[in-house]
Amino acid sequence: MNDVRIEGDQYNDALRLKRTWADPTGVVGWFRHIDHKSIGRRYLLTAFIFFLLAGMLAALMRIQLARPDNTFLGPDLYNQIFTMHGTTMMFLFAVPVMQALGVYFVPLMVGARSIAFPRLVAFSYWMFLFGGIFLFVAFFLNAGPDVGWFSYPPLAEQLYAPTKRADIWAQLITFTEVAALAIAVAIITTAFKLRTPGMSLSRMPVFVWAQVVTSFMVIFAMPAIMVASTALILDRLVTTHFFDVEHGGDAPLWQHLFWFFAHPEVYIIFIPGTGLVSTIVSVSSRRPVFGYLAIVVSLAATAFMGFSLWVHHMFATGLPHLGEGFFTAASMMIAIPTGTQVFCWIATMWSGRLKITVPMLWVLGFFFIFIIGGMTGVMVGAVPFDLQAHDTFFVVAHFHYVLIGGAVFPLFAGLYHWMPKITGRMLSERLGTASFWLFFIGFNLTFFPMHILGFEGMPRRVYTYPAETGWGTLNLIASGGAVFLTFGVIVFLIDAIRSLRVGVAAGDNPWEAGTLEWATSSPPPPCNFVDPVTVASGEPLWEDPADRPIVVGLRNDVRDVLVTYVTDASPDHRIEFPEPSVWPLLTAIATSAFFIDSIFTPWAVVYFALPLFVAMTGWFWPKHPGETGTRVWPFRSRMLPKPNEPLPAGAVR
Amino acid sequence: MNARVLDVSQLPPGAFGHRSLMWWGTFGLVLIEGTAFALAIGIYLYLWSHAPEWPPGHTAPPRLLWGTLNTVILLASAIPNQLTKKAAERVDLRGSQRWLLVSLAFGVAFNVVRVFEFPALNVKWNQDAYGSIVWLLLGLHTTHIVTDVIDSAVLAVLMLVGPIEERRFVDVAENSVYWYFVVLTWLPIYALLYWAPRIL
Repeated sequence: MNDVRIEGDQYNDALRLKRTWADPTGVVGWFRHIDHKSIGRRYLLTAFIFFLLAGMLAALMRIQLARPDNTFLGPDLYNQIFTMHGTTMMFLFAVPVMQALGVYFVPLMVGARSIAFPRLVAFSYWMFLFGGIFLFVAFFLNAGPDVGWFSYPPLAEQLYAPTKRADIWAQLITFTEVAALAIAVAIITTAFKLRTPGMSLSRMPVFVWAQVVTSFMVIFAMPAIMVASTALILDRLVTTHFFDVEHGGDAPLWQHLFWFFAHPEVYIIFIPGTGLVSTIVSVSSRRPVFGYLAIVVSLAATAFMGFSLWVHHMFATGLPHLGEGFFTAASMMIAIPTGTQVFCWIATMWSGRLKITVPMLWVLGFFFIFIIGGMTGVMVGAVPFDLQAHDTFFVVAHFHYVLIGGAVFPLFAGLYHWMPKITGRMLSERLGTASFWLFFIGFNLTFFPMHILGFEGMPRRVYTYPAETGWGTLNLIASGGAVFLTFGVIVFLIDAIRSLRVGVAAGDNPWEAGTLEWATSSPPPPCNFVDPVTVASGEPLWEDPADRPIVVGLRNDVRDVLVTYVTDASPDHRIEFPEPSVWPLLTAIATSAFFIDSIFTPWAVVYFALPLFVAMTGWFWPKHPGETGTRVWPFRSRMLPKPNEPLPAGAVR
Repeated sequence: MNARVLDVSQLPPGAFGHRSLMWWGTFGLVLIEGTAFALAIGIYLYLWSHAPEWPPGHTAPPRLLWGTLNTVILLASAIPNQLTKKAAERVDLRGSQRWLLVSLAFGVAFNVVRVFEFPALNVKWNQDAYGSIVWLLLGLHTTHIVTDVIDSAVLAVLMLVGPIEERRFVDVAENSVYWYFVVLTWLPIYALLYWAPRIL
């Protein structure tokens, strides 16, 4: 491989490589895609559509609440709408959209040719899509969940929620959790085992760290809600008594399980957001982020502490005082790692040459809004205050500042930063700025008055209020703000569509950033990198010499991937990746049918065992063994190294 | 063209243990399922801590016979399981086939005995919260045993009829790791269901 090749050969190699890695074309081929960029794009787009749908539901609520004694929505529909809004935003937008960015960018940022387990990632997308469709079809059939996004028993038990609405909520959760867990495993494996040679853990981009930490949180948090929602469905379907006080069950048990998941969920949404902020602050300041180690440790610390806060959602349930004290202290402590990150970002901007671009504008918006949300968080973290503010609009204001500030602002920053890589075209500076200001002003107009409404005692989740309460003016202001917010999103959509049609070509690295996703074309070829580069620093495009070694010797006629060691990313072995397949889709169809039918009958477990078995075996069974170069039995000498056998000298030159 | 290259063409086409991607996939699944088991055990203890007596009322604790027999079968299955893993790591096709089938026989035997375990619980799932969590724990573990036995059976058939690629031996070795997980999760559940109400 060391001989000098002529240009023509190189061109043919690149073409061959592209053909090997390309997804199939055509309508049928579309269902077989497994390229992480294709799946990542679909995930992003689908999650964004759910964002728009949930936003429309929010707009309906703001119309209803704009004036007292309004009859635009009745109480039953209003209950469905606020439940659908929360459920969609959390499960079908916030978590998936952040994971979608991970699916698209983690392999690129670590210099890999693919994400690990690409078919599993495709399966995850189909599950996510089918879950979302299932929820909205139910809603349009007037069977939308109506017991809140937390679905507390006893309200969610058969006695008080006799229709299928609560079951639909519980099973949607299962869909989205399966999807999220699959991606978590794929991202951890990609970040730990597929990094390009030289990218030791201490050189891994902060965004990748954020995705890894988030994935571990997904793995430890989501089983709680799967166990809980399964128990709820069992209570409702086969009369178990987990949450039924009359038969020895316990209603607060649900709250423990739910919040053991749902508090970490907030960080599952927020930690990728901080990863985006670190990335964009660094690029805009033209220097590596200040305090890399402190930031990575803060991310991990946030994740750990995130699991010891869940009871602060339950202060009003009458827990022992000692427990309340512990969870208040833990809630205050989370400010330490978050504060550390904020100071690192300030230091980065201070010591760099800060350029205010559109992504940076959204990051500055994040600072302003998230810090307000953090401060009201300290307030509601204190038990005496919480008991006053509990179930009022103050809490609604608080968590929208935290979630929209902590996740949606960084997300828009990330979209403006990375869409040029995805589409190959720039977004508009002018429209981006307009979108930001409309969104920023609209956001504050909508949600700031809710703090005051909360102080004045306006409860959450009521479909209307009498005029005598005097809450009309502030509610009208909030509804007016929502108009601005809506226009902010519309301007962004116009910008995105305009960019696709007439946007300026982005080139490989429009922001002159330092990480590897910018070392390939925009959009990247199917194999991500024609010549995988090795790295010798955390910001290879800034700090490495231009003639850094490239990886050669990977085959171009099969999907050959280099696997490296976890800590120092030195080469370990090569492995052949799977080809595009329709089986992930078929498995997702069988799983979905099973999930949906199990709302109606426990026998679904029996009926759907066979299709599931067929689909999963079809997925696993080798299709073209040997044809693509892997040796087929019988072979005389082994090529696989023994466990713990070191690589022979000279295996890598 | 770049003059400096890192030539990886001589690297082996796979590796065993934590070096392989399959190990990391299995590791992820073990963390997920392990958390689910831990939470189900947590529910059991939580409900117990809220109950005046456990098992409540005149319910007797589960009968020991079938559960204990099954624990013995499961512990014994570790031997063929380990031999399967070792054979796979030697890239020994005959050995892998033989020990996969023996392990499978243990798995099937365990599932057969499991059928007798449910009636021996002395409680129905819809009697009270105690019954619900006992059935959930046993059901959760049964789901894992059944799916893992089916999955091992598919792997055994593949290793018998082929075509067999060298990297399949990594799959066989990692499949054994997952079986260990299913064995290990049973021990606390067994202790909790059968012995804790008697001793504590």
